Amino acid sequence: MDGMQPIENWLNVCDLEDIPVRGARRFQSATGEIAVFRTGSQEVYAIDNRCPHKSGPLSEGIVHDTGVTCPLHNWVIDLQTGQARGADEGCVRTYPSKIIEGRVLVKTAL
Amino acid sequence: MSATKQKLVVIGNGMAPGRVLETIFEEAPDKYDVTIFNAEPRVNYNRIMLSPVLSGEQSYDEIIIHGDAWYADNGVTLHKGHKVVEIDRDAKTVTSEPGVTAAYDKLLIATGSNPFIIPIPGHGLPGVLAYRDLDDVNKMLDVAKSGGRAVVIGGGLLGLEAAAGLLAQGMDVTVLHLMPTLMERQLDPAAGYLLEKELTGRGIEIRTEANTKEILGDDKVEGVLLDDGTEIACDMVIMAVGIRPNLALAGEAGLEVGRGVKVDGAMRTSDPDVFSVGECVEFEGNCYGLVAPLYEQARICGKVLCGDEEECFVHSESSTKLKVTGVDLFSAGDFADGDDREEIVFRDASRGVYKRLILEGDKLIGAVLYGDTADGAWFFSKIKDGEPIDAEARDTLIFGPNFSGGAALDPLEAVAALPDEAEICGCNGISKGKILSAIDAEGLTDLDGVRACTKASSSCGTCTGLVESLLAFKLGDAFEKNAVKSMCGCTDLGHSEVRRLIVAKKLKSIPAVMQELGWKTSCGCAKCRPALNYYLLATWPGEYNDDNQSRFINERVHANIQKDGTYSVVPRAWGGMTNSDELRALADVIDKFKIPTVKYTGGQRIDMLGVKKEDLPGVWSDLNKAGMVSGHAYGKSLRTVKTCVGSEWCRFGTQDSTGLGIKLEKMMWGSWTPHKVKLAVSGCPRNCAEATCKDIGVVCVDSGYEIHIGGAAGMEVRGTDILCKVETEAEALEYCAAVLQLYRDQGHYLERIYKWEVRVGLEKIQEQIVEDDDNRLALYERFLFAQKFSQNDPWAERASGGVDAHEFKSLVPAE
Repeated sequence: MDGMQPIENWLNVCDLEDIPVRGARRFQSATGEIAVFRTGSQEVYAIDNRCPHKSGPLSEGIVHDTGVTCPLHNWVIDLQTGQARGADEGCVRTYPSKIIEGRVLVKTAL
Repeated sequence: MSATKQKLVVIGNGMAPGRVLETIFEEAPDKYDVTIFNAEPRVNYNRIMLSPVLSGEQSYDEIIIHGDAWYADNGVTLHKGHKVVEIDRDAKTVTSEPGVTAAYDKLLIATGSNPFIIPIPGHGLPGVLAYRDLDDVNKMLDVAKSGGRAVVIGGGLLGLEAAAGLLAQGMDVTVLHLMPTLMERQLDPAAGYLLEKELTGRGIEIRTEANTKEILGDDKVEGVLLDDGTEIACDMVIMAVGIRPNLALAGEAGLEVGRGVKVDGAMRTSDPDVFSVGECVEFEGNCYGLVAPLYEQARICGKVLCGDEEECFVHSESSTKLKVTGVDLFSAGDFADGDDREEIVFRDASRGVYKRLILEGDKLIGAVLYGDTADGAWFFSKIKDGEPIDAEARDTLIFGPNFSGGAALDPLEAVAALPDEAEICGCNGISKGKILSAIDAEGLTDLDGVRACTKASSSCGTCTGLVESLLAFKLGDAFEKNAVKSMCGCTDLGHSEVRRLIVAKKLKSIPAVMQELGWKTSCGCAKCRPALNYYLLATWPGEYNDDNQSRFINERVHANIQKDGTYSVVPRAWGGMTNSDELRALADVIDKFKIPTVKYTGGQRIDMLGVKKEDLPGVWSDLNKAGMVSGHAYGKSLRTVKTCVGSEWCRFGTQDSTGLGIKLEKMMWGSWTPHKVKLAVSGCPRNCAEATCKDIGVVCVDSGYEIHIGGAAGMEVRGTDILCKVETEAEALEYCAAVLQLYRDQGHYLERIYKWEVRVGLEKIQEQIVEDDDNRLALYERFLFAQKFSQNDPWAERASGGVDAHEFKSLVPAE
C-alpha cells in the first residue's frame, strides 16, 4: 500500500495491522486529534481523541467490547455512539470508518 | 456443674460423633458432662473436604467444623492426641495411651475405619500412604513439592479425588485400577468410560485391569511392579482400595462385632450403656462410608441419648458425587442390569452428557448422571420415595423436573417445581420444606444463615447452588447471592476465588479464564483485565505472555500520564543514591527535550514532568547511556527503596542501611505486584528513612534488623507491624523477599500490603514466613525465579525503537 491518499473524501489512515487488537492509534485532522480504535472483534471506530469529561486522551485507554475507558478518570465512552456509558453524561464526536483491502479509512468533516 | 449431670465419654472426634453432640446440645444441653478422646491431635474437621485441601482449592481452616471455642462453649473436655487403649466395662472407665482414665455413664464408640493396605511386598516402605486424614494430605503435599510421579492404587471415589488433587499439585499421576472401568460401585461402564476419558484428557494416566504385584524400593518407594511385568517408576504410592471398620477396641472389650461393631436401630451395641456410630458400625449386615447415612445414625443416637427413642435408623439408598473440580458426576440407587429392569438413556456426546435411569416395574431404582447433574436431587427423591411412575411421566422423566417442551431451564423454576419433601442436601438429609420453613422462621437472608440453622450445604457443598436458588425463590430480590464482593460486573466471582481457580484449573491466558470461569462479557473491562493480567503473570512466571492491551496506559508506555496527556519520567536512584555523572546526564536531558518541570519526589528520586509521548524513547535512550533505568514510578510494582546514610556516615547508625536498601532494590526491581510497593531502610530506631509507614520497612538495631510490614501514609495513615527480628543482612533480604512473594501470591489486585495484612491477619503471615522455615525458603526461591523473567529494563527495550514503536508515533494520513 503506497501513501495515504484520500479515496473520495475518505482519509486513507493506515493498515489495519498498524492498530493493535483492543488498542488504538491517533492522527491529527483539521479539527483536532482523532483516535482510531480496533476492537477484539476486528471492528474499527474513529472518535475525537478528547474525553468529554476533562479532555483525557481516549486513544490511551483500555478497550473492551465496543467501549474505551479513559485513562484519566475512568469514564467509559461507547465507540459506536460516542456517548458516555453509565451514570456519566457527555458525548464525543464520531466519524464514519471502514476497512477496504486491509486499509483503514476514516471520513472526516472536510 | 450440676451434680445430676451424667458422664458421656466419646472415643473418636470425627464428623459422626460431632453430629451426635450437636444433637445432644440442642435437645438437652444440661444432660451430660462430655469428655472426648481423639487419636488425632486436632479438632473436628470436615473429612469429605480433604480433596479440595489436597488440590489447594481450600485450606484446613476452611474445613474445620468445630473450632476450639465450640468445645469450650459447650464445656467439653477434649483430649487431643489421646488414643484409647482400653475399655473396662465392669468399672465403666476408658483409658488412653498417655494414661488418662475417665469414668462414664454412657459410652460412645466412634473409632471410624482404617484404610485397607494391600499386604503386597513393599507395602511398608516410606512413601506408601493411605488417604484418610489431614496427616496423610500433609504427607502427600510434602512429597508433591518436589514433583515426580505418584501412583494411586484404586480407581474409586477416594483414589480419583487423590489423583486429581496430586495432579493439581504438579505431580505426574498414574491410577491403577483392578476392575475394567473406574468407580464401578457407583458408575455403570458407560459413565466410567466418560470419566476415564475426561481424566486422561487432563493428564492422569489410567490403567484398568491392573493388578499390583509388588512395591519396589530399598529404603523408600521407587516404583511399582504389575502382574504383567510392567514397572512404573514413582516417588509415592497412595493406597485407596477401601476401608475396614475399626473394631479392635470394641472387640477387646467383649462387645459383639462382625464386620463392624454391631448395633440396633437405636445405635446401641450389645451393652446397653455403650453406643456406636460412624464407619466402625455394622447395622443389619451393612457398613457405611458415605456421610448421609452416618449423619442420620448420629442424629438418632443423639436423640436416644437424650431419652427420645421414637425414631429408628433404617437402611436406605445413598447418592454419590465426585468432588473433582470440573467433573460433574452423580449416582444413586441400584443400576445393575437385570431381566426385570428397564433403562432410559440419554446421550449428548459432543457436550459429554450421559444420563441413565433404571426402572424396575413402574419404580425408579437407580440413576447415573454424567456431565449434567442438575436433576440429581430430583431423581434421588423419586428413588427414595418409590412412588409409581405412569407411562406419561415416564416419557419425559429423563429430562428432569421441569420438562416444558424445550424452553431453557430456569434454576428458579427448577427448585419451584420440587416437592417439599425433595432432598436438597444429601449429606445432612435436609429437604426443601425444611429449608423454606427455616428461612421463614429464622428470617434467614443468606447462605451462611441457612448453613448455620439447617446444616444444608455445610458438608460437601455440592448443593450450594440449589440452596441459593431456594433463597432466591423464597426471598426474590431481597436475596443477594454473593456475600463475596465480585471482581467487577463481568463476573460474580471474587478476587480470591479467581486466583484460586487460575491455579486449580491451570488457566494460562485471559481468554481461558473468561471461558472457564463463565465471564459475562466478551472481553472484560478496564477493572478485570489488568487484574487478570497480573494474576496470570504472578502465577505462571516465564509461561504467561503479558497482554499489553490489558495494562493501564502508564504500564503500557512505562511513564506516568499527566492531566494534559504528557508524561512524567522517574529514573531509578538505587537506595536514593546518585552521583555527578548521573546528575549531568539528567541536566542534559532536561535541556535537550525542554522538560518544563523537575522535582525531587518523596521517595528520594528525581521526577521530570511534562515530557511529550513521542519524546519518551529519546529521553530513555539518553538516560540509559548514563546508566540509568526505569524507576517503575508508574507501575503496580516495586517503586522506591528509601534509605538513610546509616553506619557509613551517621554517628548513630547501627548497620549499613544504604547498602541494604540498594541490595533490596537490586533484588526486587522490575517485579509486578498487586499494587505499588514502597520500601525503606533506617539505620537506627530514630528512623530517618521513615521505614515504619512503608509497605515493607527495615529498622536496623545493634543486634540485627527489625522487619516491618503493612505501613501506609496515603489515604490512610498506619504504622507498620513488626513481622520479626533477624540477625543478619542475608536473612533480612530473604524475609523481605518472602513477604513480597506471599503478597504477590495472595493479594487482591489494587490491594496494598497493609490491606492484605488486615484481611489475612498478621499471625497468618508470621506462620507462613517466620515460623515455617521451609515455606519461607520456598517463597524466597519462587520470588527469585519469577525475577528472572522481569528484570529487563523496559526503557532500554523501547529506547531503541524495538518494542511497541507504534505507541509513540502518531499516524500521518496524507490529504
